[in-house]
Amino acid sequence: MVKRFLILLVLVFFVIMLLPLVSDIQPQTELNPLAKKYVKDGPDELGSANLVTSVIVTYRGLDTLGEVAVLFIATAGVGFMLRRRKGSKTNPQKKRESSEILQTGTALLTPLIFLFGIYIFLHGHLTPGGGFQGGVVIASAILLSMLSFPQSEINHKILNAIESLSGVLYLVIGILGIYLAAGFLDNRILPLGDFGRLFSAGAIPVIYSLIGLKVGSELVGILDSMQRSDS
Amino acid sequence: MTLVSIIGFVLIIVGLWGMLTQNNIIKIIIGFSIIDTGIHLLIVSIGYIKGKTAPIIDSVLLKTDAVNQVVDPIPSALVLTAIVIGLAVTALMLVYAVNLYQRKQSLDINDFEELKW
Repeated sequence: MVKRFLILLVLVFFVIMLLPLVSDIQPQTELNPLAKKYVKDGPDELGSANLVTSVIVTYRGLDTLGEVAVLFIATAGVGFMLRRRKGSKTNPQKKRESSEILQTGTALLTPLIFLFGIYIFLHGHLTPGGGFQGGVVIASAILLSMLSFPQSEINHKILNAIESLSGVLYLVIGILGIYLAAGFLDNRILPLGDFGRLFSAGAIPVIYSLIGLKVGSELVGILDSMQRSDS
Repeated sequence: MTLVSIIGFVLIIVGLWGMLTQNNIIKIIIGFSIIDTGIHLLIVSIGYIKGKTAPIIDSVLLKTDAVNQVVDPIPSALVLTAIVIGLAVTALMLVYAVNLYQRKQSLDINDFEELKW
């Protein structure tokens, strides 16, 4: 009874705390000044057609770096919690083979899903999408092949190499921005190019490709440690 | 108050209620995900402007006129960040649940009394 009362009390407290915030949200008719500046100056300054991308990768690039760091820490936590204990090595029991339909379908679909993921993160500055989405799509391709070939092992050396290299290169590009352009993670270290082309917007496609590879390999790492630990 | 922000608000409260009342650890994690979704809706509804379009410039939406035609890009960027972090945190919580199950063969939160006072 006391517990019920406490739960009700917490909920009422939360409602009182959040209600002013929600009731303050008015239907807007105009952009606020900061958004106006980003929308007005963004295309000419950074050359990216997708304005959300220019906010994520350049104007708020430091936030994205922090986000990649959080993702890395979460992956490290997953790997640490699900590590194989030495000595108590369970003999890998025979897993049932997947069906013919799943195997053939995987062989057909995996390259296409990979291609789609790469397309999404390469065109992050032109169309909706970007590094995080592309990375997740690539991880889903690996998940599909994990489901249909349960015996297969992922090459951890290549996975770790891709993850570390893309992380380090992302930082290197960020630091290059200090010396060659206006500041950390500035994308104008490369020529801006024609607006709306694939090779435009300076370093944004490069940064987004690196983020895509890093996110993809980290999520594959999570999936791999989850798959190996089922006992 | 817009419709989307009200839905987000309701989802946050529902998720919190679920986290506080359920005993199964998996259901607690589901409650956390519902809170997450509610917060995303709340943030997106801050930047939405009625009748305007996504902030992506193409042959229809010209650079010069973009200011009058697009929604706020900043909340969208923040929500994108929040979604990825929500994914990572959910994966980490599920792994904790796996670990707890391996210790005690139970997913009931009442079976874990070490930190209870």
